[in-house]
Amino acid sequence: MAAPLTLLLLVAVTVRAALYRSSLADLISERVEVVSPLTAWKRVVEGLALLDLGVSPYSGDVFHETPLIIYLFHFLVDYAEITFMLADVITAVALYLSVKDYNKQVFRKQKYALEADRYPLDCLELIRSPKEMQYIPLKVAMFYLLNPFTILSCVAKSTCGLNNAVIALFVLSTIKGNVLLSAIFLSLATYQSIYPLTLCAAALLYLLQRQYIPVNLRRFSFWWFVAQYAFMYLGSLFVIVGLSFFLLGSWDFLPSVYGFILSVPDLTPNIGLFWYFFAEMFEHFRLFFLCVFQINVFFYTVPLSIKLKEHPVFLIFMQLAVISIFKSYPTVGDIAASFIKHHKASSASSLNIFLVSCVLLACSALFPVLWHLWIYAGSANSNFYYAITLLFNVAQILLVSDYFYAFLRREHHLSHGLYLKRKDGSEATLVLK
Amino acid sequence: MAAHRCSLSALLLIICSLLVFIVADSEKATLTGDHHATAVDNLQTVTETEEGAAAEEPAVEEERRWEETVVEEATADKEDTSAPETVVQSSVPQPKDDFQEELVIRPLHSGDIYASFQFRTLWETDFMRGNKVSHYRLFPKSLGQVISKFSVRELHISFTQGYWRTMQWGQPFLPSPPGAELWVWFQDSVTDVDGTWKELTNVLSGIFCASLNFIDSTNTVQPSASFKPLGIGNVTDHRFLRYATLPREIVCTENLTPWKKLLPCGSKAGLAVLLKSEKLFHSSFHSQAVHIRPVCQDWQCKTTSWELRQTLNVVFDLHTPGQGKLEWSLFKMFSRTLTEACPLASSSKIYIDITDDPQGEQFEVSPATHLLSQAMVLGDRRTFSVYDLTQQITFGTVRSLNLLIRWKSSEGDMLRPLLHAERYVAGYGLQTGEIHTLMYNNHPYRSFPVLLLDSVPWYLRLYIHTLTVTSKGKDNKPSYIHYQPSKDRVRPHLLEMLVQLPPNSVTEVTVQFERALLKWTEYTPDPNHGFYVGSSVISSLVPSIVAMDTNSTREQPLFSSFFPCKEESSYFMRVYTEPLLVNLPTPDFSMPYNVICLTCTVVAVGYGSLYNLLTRSFQIEEPSPGLAKRIANIIRKMRGVPPL
Repeated sequence: MAAPLTLLLLVAVTVRAALYRSSLADLISERVEVVSPLTAWKRVVEGLALLDLGVSPYSGDVFHETPLIIYLFHFLVDYAEITFMLADVITAVALYLSVKDYNKQVFRKQKYALEADRYPLDCLELIRSPKEMQYIPLKVAMFYLLNPFTILSCVAKSTCGLNNAVIALFVLSTIKGNVLLSAIFLSLATYQSIYPLTLCAAALLYLLQRQYIPVNLRRFSFWWFVAQYAFMYLGSLFVIVGLSFFLLGSWDFLPSVYGFILSVPDLTPNIGLFWYFFAEMFEHFRLFFLCVFQINVFFYTVPLSIKLKEHPVFLIFMQLAVISIFKSYPTVGDIAASFIKHHKASSASSLNIFLVSCVLLACSALFPVLWHLWIYAGSANSNFYYAITLLFNVAQILLVSDYFYAFLRREHHLSHGLYLKRKDGSEATLVLK
Repeated sequence: MAAHRCSLSALLLIICSLLVFIVADSEKATLTGDHHATAVDNLQTVTETEEGAAAEEPAVEEERRWEETVVEEATADKEDTSAPETVVQSSVPQPKDDFQEELVIRPLHSGDIYASFQFRTLWETDFMRGNKVSHYRLFPKSLGQVISKFSVRELHISFTQGYWRTMQWGQPFLPSPPGAELWVWFQDSVTDVDGTWKELTNVLSGIFCASLNFIDSTNTVQPSASFKPLGIGNVTDHRFLRYATLPREIVCTENLTPWKKLLPCGSKAGLAVLLKSEKLFHSSFHSQAVHIRPVCQDWQCKTTSWELRQTLNVVFDLHTPGQGKLEWSLFKMFSRTLTEACPLASSSKIYIDITDDPQGEQFEVSPATHLLSQAMVLGDRRTFSVYDLTQQITFGTVRSLNLLIRWKSSEGDMLRPLLHAERYVAGYGLQTGEIHTLMYNNHPYRSFPVLLLDSVPWYLRLYIHTLTVTSKGKDNKPSYIHYQPSKDRVRPHLLEMLVQLPPNSVTEVTVQFERALLKWTEYTPDPNHGFYVGSSVISSLVPSIVAMDTNSTREQPLFSSFFPCKEESSYFMRVYTEPLLVNLPTPDFSMPYNVICLTCTVVAVGYGSLYNLLTRSFQIEEPSPGLAKRIANIIRKMRGVPPL
């Protein structure tokens, strides 16, 4: 199993290294779809230059990375390409291992259920066979590493690759059941960009499930575990923020990083929904809509956690997808990260996946075309680019909701049987009611 | 009491003996044939030997002036030895304020005419000691109140229409950037400098009828080195300095009228009668400025006084290609002639730059004058014909002065300015760009350092790591860089650096920027016209080619003595580059409603589909009964019969 992975890693690294050497690298690193004001490598270099000039990088509005990133690249700036490739490799390996581990658990659960005759007889074809499961970890790793979005993001040296690595490590440590590491990586991810905060619930649910602690608000053991996890999470977050303060000697980075993410002052076009909306917003409604849009990202955590409390890993995926759609400065790298678990539910899907993937592909092709028409040729205006971002987001939303639908349906079939009959014995169709 | 009286009489005695000494001293000076009296005139007056008729007049004049000087020095034993011109003033006790006016006319090599007016009011007073100053004579009350209310130490404001073409016209006496420029040093007693600055700009906006109220934190900077105080005072903490430019400001009649009202004579008498707006604004370049600063009254700087300098520079394009004949006159330029000096002025003069043509070969000035003057202006020794308007003889028999210059030939070479600069934006598209600043050092053998100041608005995001400075194909590392990055919607970028310019070279400074997309309300009404970026300021001590006359460093004409210059071999020079016009990407202004609706729809699609999946559960579809059956069921329900 290790040999194909090694081969895959080699291929991925080769592709990236070749692109770094080509003239495309400069072009890619300027693309607004690939880099956002938060993650652009150009801005990291600018921050380092400001630091060299003796100016605080946070005194201006160009640099919005966290202090740890700037100190990381203070030492690694000459090895930036290797760092980003390494981050991608780490992400892929972490995903590989975590999926492998998760598969084992799924198997074990499946075996117990089969032994207990919990599944209806006719849905045996939905049950995963070891043979098809064998290649899933490799597929996930491949999907991440050879995804053009990930490759573009890595070649542009978008620091979003580092965030993805941290999140992947968080997933790995959670699935391995390491509470401390999970909390530390989650706090790192939160520190990098606030949004992974919503993964907290999923991690808690998973760890509780793993330690056989029932989610019962009246049980002491439940609260004790939650308190432990919260303490570790907040403690490590506090340590990291404190460390940043001591590195920098001021709290300037707080408004410059988190204020920037939450208040969206930079309206540089990207693939998200925020930029044009707030460029065209009436000034007195601005704050209201800003709150609505930001709450929208965090809001889905509660209902999703309730609905998916038995399936925290799928919950993690749903959260990542929601974040990547509704965050304030999304890039294609975020979306790549959210795609990784897609295969999981796909077996039972009777989806319009063909349509959605066609739309996504067409949008990806149209982004640079319409950008060129607007910015360089001057023959189109901003509405063209805006229209394509809207379509892209609709496609993503459809994709996510389709997967969610497929997942729910599979779960329903597993408990109620695949071939449902009506009362009169004729074949029934399932509907949501 | 007796002791008191005794000391008083002793003081009287001392003053009397002092008077005797001074009179004796000045008599001795004239006996030795020294040109002491003419030196009082701030000029080295030379009699032209060629004109025999005029030979006796200077002698008479000299004698008269000498007399004035004696009376002058006898009455005022402490201060203000400069400009003792009029007999009227010297007979009464010396007032503490003084007004001078002058006009310099320089024919330019391009065939244009450069006319520079300077009006100087000096007042020995202290604005800062409470609100005691209530009696104003020559100094305009509106500005005096501004100085005392806002604790201003120095104020420089200029309004310019058009761009000064250094390569064609040489150096101006007072440089100014296109649009409006304002820089102010506050007293160090001011605590809330930003608040005071905001109020001050609003007040000045009212005084000068200009859009100075658009100066806010997004276009104000605090240069660390480029703008030093020009008056006395040793506080150079740049926390008390504010500098702002409005490159888009249009200057017109409504700015000229309030400016003229600040003059003691208004536009009723003196040189100011020439300032007719319909002619002044029909020109290639127009710049008017007000400079207020504290200056020393005497050598020891025991007493200080406030100086108000009002300057107006204008370049007329009188060259019409169709006509071969080139001539200009005061009447042709200003549609007015001069009939008198301002009665309140202690000195009123017209200088005509005849350096390029001392022998009268290229052009001819009429009426001819016998008075010549030499002065060091911007590192160059210039010769001027002088017309003193306080002398009745200047106006001749027609009682009006209409200076006339007739060109005979139009060849001649201009001395290339030693330092000049230009700037442009490179790149295409609306995403990124690059600002190029070219600085030319035309000095044949000396390199000199220049201070470059760039203030770039926040919506052009500069990337300082892309800054390159190259001269002669080599990297030229600035020895000092002061960079303040911008804050969105709060403050602009400030880039100041000290660059050494090698001799006879071009130094290119480039820096890349990224264009921001603004909110739709932040665009100007004509967004596709572009956004202006103010001029870069290049300040430098330029080594002069001509060795400077050390004797005349103090007694120079007004127009050459503005910038204090300690080092004799070099002179201070400030060059402004062109303002830039940069296009930004624009949203579609016509569809805020559409955008709000469409984006909200997409969010609602996301919310709706997730809500749908979260709240509903799977159920087996029941085929819906037909309409007839449903109606029948309702009826059966009403009848209390079980449904079908």
